[in-house]
Formats: sequence, C-alpha cells, structure tokens
Amino acid sequence: MHDKTLTQVAAALASGEVSSRELTAHYLKRIEQTNSELNSFISVTSEQALQQADQADQARASGNAGLLTGVPLALKDIFCTQGVKTSCGSRMLDNFIAPYDAHVVEKLKAAGCVSLGKTNMDEFAMGSSNENSFYGAVKNPWDITAVPGGSSGGSAAAVAAGMAPAALGTDTGGSIRQPAAFCGITGLKPTYGRVSRYGMIAYASSLDQAGPMARSAEDCAHLLNVIAGQDLRDSTSVARGVPDYTDTLNAPLSGLKIGLPKEYFGDGLDPDVEKAVREAVKVYESLGATVKDVSLPHTHFAIPAYYVIAPAEASSNLSRFDGVRFGHRCDDPKDLMDLYKRSRAEGFGDEVQRRILIGTHTLSEGFFDAYYTKAQQVRRLIRQDFLDAFEDVDVLMGPASPTPAFDLGAKKDPVSMYLQDIYTIAVNLAGIPGISVPAGMVGRRPVGLQILGTHFAEAQLLNVAHQFQQATDWHQQRPTFAEEKA
Amino acid sequence: MALEETHVRRAAHLARLAVSDDQAKGFVDDLSQILEMVDQLQRVDTQGVAPLAHPLDATQRMRADEVTETDQRDQFQRCAPAVENGLYLVPRVVE
Repeated sequence: MHDKTLTQVAAALASGEVSSRELTAHYLKRIEQTNSELNSFISVTSEQALQQADQADQARASGNAGLLTGVPLALKDIFCTQGVKTSCGSRMLDNFIAPYDAHVVEKLKAAGCVSLGKTNMDEFAMGSSNENSFYGAVKNPWDITAVPGGSSGGSAAAVAAGMAPAALGTDTGGSIRQPAAFCGITGLKPTYGRVSRYGMIAYASSLDQAGPMARSAEDCAHLLNVIAGQDLRDSTSVARGVPDYTDTLNAPLSGLKIGLPKEYFGDGLDPDVEKAVREAVKVYESLGATVKDVSLPHTHFAIPAYYVIAPAEASSNLSRFDGVRFGHRCDDPKDLMDLYKRSRAEGFGDEVQRRILIGTHTLSEGFFDAYYTKAQQVRRLIRQDFLDAFEDVDVLMGPASPTPAFDLGAKKDPVSMYLQDIYTIAVNLAGIPGISVPAGMVGRRPVGLQILGTHFAEAQLLNVAHQFQQATDWHQQRPTFAEEKA
Repeated sequence: MALEETHVRRAAHLARLAVSDDQAKGFVDDLSQILEMVDQLQRVDTQGVAPLAHPLDATQRMRADEVTETDQRDQFQRCAPAVENGLYLVPRVVE
C-alpha cells in the first residue's frame, strides 16, 4: 500500500478497497518502523491522524467525500498546525504549540486530508542538507550515508521511503526541488504568490513559497489544486484564478520549445548528472519537442545576490523571536537585554545565527547600498534573463543540482554548501515556478531534472513533467530501504 | 570589504545575540568567506537598474477600514514563557 501514489491511494479510498483509518494506521506503522533510522518526522500526530481518518470515513459514508478525503499527508514542520508542536527545526520553537492553522493546512483539512505529522527540516529552512536541524540530520532512504537534501529533507525522505504518499514543503532557494531530486521524488515550487504564506514560518518573505512533494506530477497537480489561490491574510498572494491542474496533464508536447541554459551545463556539473539530464531531454525530443541552447547570463550572480537578500529578510523576520511572547526563554535573565540576547543565542543554531549576522551587517549603516541595493539591482537582471529566455522558448530544462546527494558531513564550510544551490536559487529571485522530476540514477543516488516555466506556468510544468513520467519509469523506482523494512 | 571583529560585535548587538569571544572569532572567519563570495556582485554593471524588492512588482492591496479580528489574547498568550493578568512578564525595566 505504501508504494502507491497519492492518486492511487485516492482511488483505493473511493472504491472502498481501503478505509482512511486502515490507510492511516498503515502509514503510522510504517513511520514507526522507519523513523528511528531516517529521522524524517519531528512529530508524529497518531491520535489526531486517526481522528481525522474517522471523520473522513464518516464523510465518505454520508456521500460528502472529495477526491482527497481521507488521504494521509506529511507536513513540513514550518507550517503552523493548531494544537500541535510547530518547531521549524529549531530549539527556539521546541516548546511552541501553534495557536492556529496555516492557510495551506486549513485548505488540506477542508479537503478532508489526514495529517500524519510534521517533518524534519533545516532550522528555519536554512540549509541544503537537513543537517542544520535541532532534531538531528535526516538520512536519505536510497543510501543512508547520504543527505536527503534540504531544507525540506524530512518531507522528501518520508515520501521516498513510503512513510506518506505525499508531503508539503517550502522552497526559498531550492528547498523543495533539491531534496526532491536527491530523494527521487517529484517536487514543485509554484510561482511566488500562487500559494498563501499565512501561517508558514517566515524565512525570506520575498522568496518563500510552499509546494507539493509527491511521487508523480499528477499527484503534485492534485495537491496544488487544493493549496493554490488567493488568501487575504497574505498580502502577496495573488488574485488570479486557479485552473484544475489535472485538466491539461495529457496535452501533447509536439511543438514544445525547450531551452537549455548553457550556464546550467558548465563547470562543476557532475558528468553522470549531465548525462542523465541530456538523456531526459532526448525523451522530450522523441515526444515532439524541439530543443535549443539559450543563455541566462547573470546565473553566476544568483548565489551572491541571494546571500544578501535572504539573510537581510531573515534578520528582520527572526527578530520576532524575543523570548517574551513565544519560544525559548533563557533561565534567570538579569535584565531585558540579557533576556533577549541569551534567549536568542541559546534558541538559534549556528547557521541561523550566521545568516542573522550577515543580514544585520549588510543592512547596517555604511553597508546598505553596497550590499542590499546592489543585490536588488542584480535581482532585477536575473529576473530579466528568464523573461528574455521565455520570449524564445516555452520551458527551460537542466539539472536540479550539480551532483547527486552528497555524503552526510561532506560539506564542512558554509560557502561550499551554498554553492550546491546554483541551479535552483535564481528561480526564487525571479519568482518563477520550477519542478524537479526523477530522471536517472548515479549508482544508488537519484538525479533530478529541473523544468522551469514563466510566472504562473504551473499547469504547463505539470503537463511537461507528467508526459515524461508517461514515457519513463524513473519516478516509479523505490529505494531498497523501503523493501527491507516492508 | 574586509570584515573586522568589531563589525561582528556590532551586528550581534543590533541583532540581540549574545556572542562569546571564541564565537566572535569563528563568525569573523565564516562571515568573511560569505562576504567574499557576495563581493562578486560588484562585478555586475547595474547603472540605471532599479532595485527589485518583489518578484511580481506587486503593490499593497487596500481594504475597507473595518474590524476583522477578534480578541484571541488568552489563546495567543498560552505559548508565552511568562504572563500575568494578560500581560507579558519581563525583568524589571524601570526601578
């Protein structure tokens, strides 16, 4: 049962083959068997999950079931869930019971979905390996000596290992697409503004976006149908109709124009990853697409621009953690300043402190123009690169990450970790959508093909990804870990 | 732009982070590496380019000036470290 896609699980519920309670109990057992090794979940909410499952079964019995009623899911621990610990992977929020639901959580509940629990993540979504979590690293189910990617590493590992049929993640610089690539699943970062950020703990507000992580593009389409749309509580969520993303999954790809950015195939790209991506592009040619080389000339300035803009926004967002209203408070503060300083020093891990300090420094008097204004100017040039490219082609393709999953502990200094995000980070600066789909293996470690589209082109990306998954079976491969534990 | 320990200490104070002497030295090394990478930005010609703060060039939405929130103080204060009579408690500020 845990090898099924979300779409298959929904069908099994609809046909009465299985009840939501049976299904939920099955996944909870699976989590119990595997979580001690993988560490994908920070909190498993068994009791609430079974209650929600019973409600879903009752709704179905009385003829009130929707497509996803009774489907169990996992949520990255960045989404506030009323009455449940929402830690954001941080000691700062280890004692935080969220008093309300995030918008996406409300939407999933309204659709009848069951929440199995909250998945592990890099602290405050700052990381590319999930090693920055207060709750310890997550292991990659394909190879437990490898990282699952980050920051949505717990969600990616959970889906890959069959601990949940699908999960939600968030992506500020690649945090859905890179772990999806490393764990051999499908992950979509929607256009900035497509999904409300209300109740999603903020890292960098002009970049953060929530999205689905699942076993197929079709599964992602079903989830995006539920979570997309305007919410007045997030002033940046966009008033724009939400299509049924499953309607166009089967549109033919003949005539599709694919651009290959030459900067995404340069130095630093693992030759085996390149080979897998080029093979995938050939599959598209066989489906009737045409391919041409394009250029995104400012690609190499995306990481430098990001490491000004994201820490600047983070330093502001994370100032709310003051040890007064919620979160960690130090023992015996001698005065208010001591309370602030020690609560924050104790509550935040090293990487979070580094980014707060970088952000505070670059925003401070004497440095603001040289760093922050400059980075925002470069951000406009990066966005323009994409807009120019989309004048010429429909979608861009390349690797999601320059290498397959790296070993746990392999990236010792912060900058070498940052450079991992070379192919994903510009996408957030531009605000466009991107999807990673499984497209090969290097040894035991999966390779992700990244497909990018222009603003609000989610339906097209899902169509393009789905057609690849009709022609290939990379997305159906499962880690042997899952079988050993079955 | 070289980063000095005084910069780290100033930023730590502004960000309300307690930093020990050893930590400050470590942060100088890490942050210097990061800023060295960031300094590549100076190679880009940005003359006449307007800064981009938001990927969609959106503007703030206006809404009617109506009360839409209800009082949820008790619920929100349940996750606070110390409260009394609806007030957040901190060490004495005024003697």
